[in-house]
Amino acid sequence: MAAALSAYKNGVKDILILERDEYLGGILNQCIHPGFGIDYFKEILTGPEYARRFINKLEQVPRIEVSLRSFVVDLTKDKVLTFLKPGSFNRIKAKALIMATGCREKTREMVHIPGTRPAGIFSAGLAQKMINIEGLIPGKKVVIVGSGDIGLIMARRFVLEGAQVKAVIEIQKQSQGLLRNVVQCVQDYNIPFFCQHKISKIHGNSRVEKVSVVKVDKNFKTVANTEFEIECDSILISVGLIPENELIEMAGVKIDKNTNTPVYKGLNKTSIKGLFVCGNSYKVYDIVDSVSSDSEKAGQSAAEYLKRGKK
Amino acid sequence: MKIYDVIIIGAGVVGTAIARELSRYELKTAVLEKEIEPAFGVSKSNSGIIHPGTQNHCNSLKGRLCVEGNKLMRGIAHELGVDFKEVGELIVVFNKKDIPRLIKLKEEAEKLGVPKIQIVGRGWLKEHEPNLSKKAIAALYAPTAGILSPYRLVYDMIENAQNNGVEVYAQQEVIQIKPSKIRGSKKQGYFEIITSSKRKFKTKYIINSAGLFADDISKLAGIDDFKIKPRKGEEFILDKKKEHITNHLLFPLPAKKSKGVLIIKTSAGNPMIGPTACDCVDKYDLSTTDAGLKKVLSSVKRMIPSISHKDIIAYFAGLRPAAGEDFIIRHEDKVPGFINVAGIQSPGLTAAPAIALMACAILRQQGVNLKKKKIFHKTREKTTHLFEMPFSHTEKIIKEDPDYGDIVCRCEMVSAKEIKEAIKRGAKTLDGIKFRTRAQAGRCHGSFCTCRILKILAENSKRPITQITKKGAGSEIVLEKRCND
Repeated sequence: MAAALSAYKNGVKDILILERDEYLGGILNQCIHPGFGIDYFKEILTGPEYARRFINKLEQVPRIEVSLRSFVVDLTKDKVLTFLKPGSFNRIKAKALIMATGCREKTREMVHIPGTRPAGIFSAGLAQKMINIEGLIPGKKVVIVGSGDIGLIMARRFVLEGAQVKAVIEIQKQSQGLLRNVVQCVQDYNIPFFCQHKISKIHGNSRVEKVSVVKVDKNFKTVANTEFEIECDSILISVGLIPENELIEMAGVKIDKNTNTPVYKGLNKTSIKGLFVCGNSYKVYDIVDSVSSDSEKAGQSAAEYLKRGKK
Repeated sequence: MKIYDVIIIGAGVVGTAIARELSRYELKTAVLEKEIEPAFGVSKSNSGIIHPGTQNHCNSLKGRLCVEGNKLMRGIAHELGVDFKEVGELIVVFNKKDIPRLIKLKEEAEKLGVPKIQIVGRGWLKEHEPNLSKKAIAALYAPTAGILSPYRLVYDMIENAQNNGVEVYAQQEVIQIKPSKIRGSKKQGYFEIITSSKRKFKTKYIINSAGLFADDISKLAGIDDFKIKPRKGEEFILDKKKEHITNHLLFPLPAKKSKGVLIIKTSAGNPMIGPTACDCVDKYDLSTTDAGLKKVLSSVKRMIPSISHKDIIAYFAGLRPAAGEDFIIRHEDKVPGFINVAGIQSPGLTAAPAIALMACAILRQQGVNLKKKKIFHKTREKTTHLFEMPFSHTEKIIKEDPDYGDIVCRCEMVSAKEIKEAIKRGAKTLDGIKFRTRAQAGRCHGSFCTCRILKILAENSKRPITQITKKGAGSEIVLEKRCND
């Protein structure tokens, strides 16, 4: 939304936003905790409130077309997009394209945690969506793996929803999330926080029953005789975000295999002219305010690119 | 109470193949499955390889039925709309001293009738398997090896069997088998089967294809002369981006109890490495281990040095129902009417169509009149998958049914329509949806689509969302629902 508004402000009048979900706002809609907009709006907002500010701005500009439930299935190097909507198949060509596709989470499957594969293992974001958007409680006795921001936020959320958070398990020496989240989500709620620990085994055939936890050294190797068990019915995995750039990869954009982000000199630019990436799919930012600033720059770059093309 | 002609215990690849074969004949047939859906036992963890028949003793049932099954499977896959791809296999050696073993494998395979088998050298390997380690010196090439989706096959076979009149009862764990009294010299008797849900079934013949629990079932009938000793195999799935890292299935020389750690091409595109082979005691232990991962990685790096742990995107374990050296497929004369089809580990998937024919032959031998039905629906319409059709076709079907444009799983491109169709065809669980449609099997492993799938399952099966499970009772996903709609 920020990119679209910025492009419009910089002179582009023909803009389409393709959103795969049934509402605008993306992941912000499930981030019901406050702490957004301190930089950008100089206010403390919740995720949905922050998103609503941009939706309101968008509604003031009817020329920016919005297509919801639109799922892009193909992208070519000539910026031809194919997208599906319920009831329609569409193919369009973009003169300039801004990708704001965000991130997906690293899941249990991507890190080898030995043990079984029962029900009750969730990525933190999925649990967040289930609770905050769908009103479904996925667990009552939770162990959280990874102390990134999403894991910390969800630790507090589960407590507030009446669940027991048995532990937050972090493999590094210290939390990977913002300090304010460590304090406000874990310390304030007296949740046991184990740094330099990892889950050595998941137990339970049908549903999670317990986890085995061990201490690790600075090289992440298991320290002998430190194993203990925690009884639980759910495991939340919060071990990192992966920028979603599979579409631009399909189009042939050069991607850094380690970060999954485009390789190119120049902010928001990619190896395909006129194809820009912004927000978390460009770089994983800590706060949404940075995402908005970055996206506005991308909108401006796209506008400049189009102006240059018209000459 | 209805008396069935045949009841098959176990809806895995063997049970469903037999069911489908029997559905050609005018018989009252039913399948009893202890899990909530077919293929949730041993068959779920199958590698999907259709073996050419190498590595089996020429006098074994395994060997004979594998070669026969390999031929039959193509026709069946075609009839049922299951994708079968012939990719060929290479048994690779790195040491000159292993060549005689390779030659012996070739000779045994030829005796069995494995077609087109040949030994290839460095030059051939360099051209046809460019990523194979330069240290590989030769390989036994069996072109007739193929791959397909094992659970897709099970679902499509059981659906076809049902379409031809076979009844399927899930969540029916057999806990008692009572033979009735045999009247006179002619076998007029029947068995009474009681299941865990207190249901009773009467049948003239029982075919025991209960996989890991075949020995327990056999014992219920009074035959206690074999034991299923589970042998665990851990498998690790690689990123689809590595699909073309190999062109054939790669095998090492076989170990004593297993075919060794392989580099497998799967029908989904993702390569798979494994399995390990570790004798187990617990028939329910499906855990993966650090040791298993280490073993698999070190074994495959020998063949394809460029594979690293970073390529791994998923992993699982399965248990092979091992009962000695060979398959146990026989009528039990001590308990007339009871047929054991047990110990079906590798090459069980490949052999399944041939095992089905053998089961029919046993029934005929026992005097069952296998009368062909006048109408047998031999084909089944191929399941529609958006991800495997050209866009021109996608456009067409969305016009016909808007639900095809409603994408639920974005990683694998699965529409709401496909999910609803899977539910119509028998999916009751998240795993059932995953195995039938690939929704949740992609990059994000269900992070994006799980909510939606839960809702569609609850709506379409008219159950509360708190009763939707991953794989059957006890694996419920949602513990509590907060808001009322």
